[in-house]
Amino acid sequence: MLVPDTLKYTKEHEWVKLESNIATIGITDYAQGELGDVVFVEMPKVGAKVTQMQPFGVIEAVKAVSELFSPVSGEVAEINSKLETEAGIINKDPYGAGWIIKVKVSNPAEANNLLTPEKYKELLNK
Amino acid sequence: MPYVANTDENRRQMLERIGVGSFEELLKDIPEELRLKKPLNLPSALSELEVTNLMRELSEQNKSSLEYVNFLGAGSYDHFIPAVVDQIISRSEFYTAYTPYQAEASQGTLQSIYEFQSLICQLTEMELANASLYDGGSALGEACLLAHYHTEKNRILIPENLHPLYKRVLKTYVSGQGLKLVEVAHIDGQIRASAVKEKIDDQTAAVVIQNPNFFGVLEEDIEEIEKLTHSSGALLVMVCDPISLGILKTPGEYNADIVVGEGQSLGNRMSFGGPYLGYFACKREYLRRLPGRLIGVTTDNRGQRGFVMTLQTREQHIRREKATSNICTNQGLMALAATVYLSLLGKQGIKKVAELCLQKAHCTLEKIESETGFKRKFSAPFFTEFVLESPVAPKKVIKAGLKQNLLAGVDLSQFKMGLDGCLLVAVTEKRSKAEIDGLVSFFKTQSQPVSKVKSESKGEVTV
Repeated sequence: MLVPDTLKYTKEHEWVKLESNIATIGITDYAQGELGDVVFVEMPKVGAKVTQMQPFGVIEAVKAVSELFSPVSGEVAEINSKLETEAGIINKDPYGAGWIIKVKVSNPAEANNLLTPEKYKELLNK
Repeated sequence: MPYVANTDENRRQMLERIGVGSFEELLKDIPEELRLKKPLNLPSALSELEVTNLMRELSEQNKSSLEYVNFLGAGSYDHFIPAVVDQIISRSEFYTAYTPYQAEASQGTLQSIYEFQSLICQLTEMELANASLYDGGSALGEACLLAHYHTEKNRILIPENLHPLYKRVLKTYVSGQGLKLVEVAHIDGQIRASAVKEKIDDQTAAVVIQNPNFFGVLEEDIEEIEKLTHSSGALLVMVCDPISLGILKTPGEYNADIVVGEGQSLGNRMSFGGPYLGYFACKREYLRRLPGRLIGVTTDNRGQRGFVMTLQTREQHIRREKATSNICTNQGLMALAATVYLSLLGKQGIKKVAELCLQKAHCTLEKIESETGFKRKFSAPFFTEFVLESPVAPKKVIKAGLKQNLLAGVDLSQFKMGLDGCLLVAVTEKRSKAEIDGLVSFFKTQSQPVSKVKSESKGEVTV
């Protein structure tokens, strides 16, 4: 199970990559494995406001459905429109082509609330 | 379902199993002051024979369209139902009004619903249809909620000439949802694009158009209304009588987003108002918000075709608080009747029924206008139903008609739509020439204002 060292995590199994003021968000390798074949992702509209640890969308697998929680607060800058036709990318490449949204971060200090790769691994091992 | 008696022995066994000595002991946790200390106010038990007689007496008080010549419409229509429809829906494999819960074990039921969905898509020329909803009114309510959630806007424009009972259902549906219903007035029975333009704004979620509308009148500005609706970012919701789609331009051709309506006219009896059948069709892009059940076709692990309930994450039984609708059921038996009816008639048959309705209704109105004191209210084109201005109070006309086994029309005074003194008359393909002539002769006898008749008769007495 992959937990890249360069990312931050939430206890709800989202990852976030912070580059200047843009946060790229997706779900972890563990999350995609637990969900199984992802068939649909409901994403917010570009420009929508998201709040740290509040739902921003819904991910649907064949037999389960789960909410997506935003690791940061801010405004949606981009959505991964490839997922609209091919949601399964999330299973194949959760940390790469399977990213879900990019958010323009409004409060960089919130990053302190996120889990480090070590803490996230601890959570998985519990 | 067999009647299973609850015998003393049964009761004794059940009490024994749960370790309670008597029924009284079972109730001991209910405080004494809350217990009813007298017998329920119910009539005493009857024998089976007595019940049979009582129920027959009660049912004989009902009068049906088998005994009366029926010119009632207003959303419920007396079309001919081929005997095959009853033959098929009465089969025990199908004979339940309910949606299957052990869905995949009921392949035949699922297939029939799949066929229903496909037929509704063909009839409306829309991409997607669900397994049916309760009735036309609730289907409209669901359509408006979908538009609200999709657009994230709060205003719904509804036409003044929408079925008044649908309006009531819609009011109930949107109450508590923060939605605002805004009525667009009709001009001579029709909704004009200019009237829609006045009321529409960028907060409008949906524009509702009924065609043919509640007055039976055909709308002529739908193309323009569609452009107005979509350019302000709202959805176009159409309410259509499915029979009319046999000859009218379809909602798909009008580029409607959602189409709903009452499916009773497809092989279901009027049944004193229900159970009925709401149909719901829409564009593919609203798939994830489609209310109700949806049946899909798939291939099983042996490569065989099979039917499944699909996309159930929209439904409340998976994630209640996020469900797009609270409907997890459909009108199974009514939808099956509609499916059998549509399959029997086919594309040509539906067209023929619609043409007959149109021709007979027009022929009836022509005769009424040339031979009686009843006049048409609106000059606009109509389908199978029309509004008449009655020379005497509609209530009196209807009462007089009943005495002659004639259901002459619906009194529009009751709906408070500014049409007091008007009758709504529907003529389906079932009405024969003799029945139509009978209605015309009857209207002739009703064409003298009652007060005048009275004064004349008084005059005679004096002479």
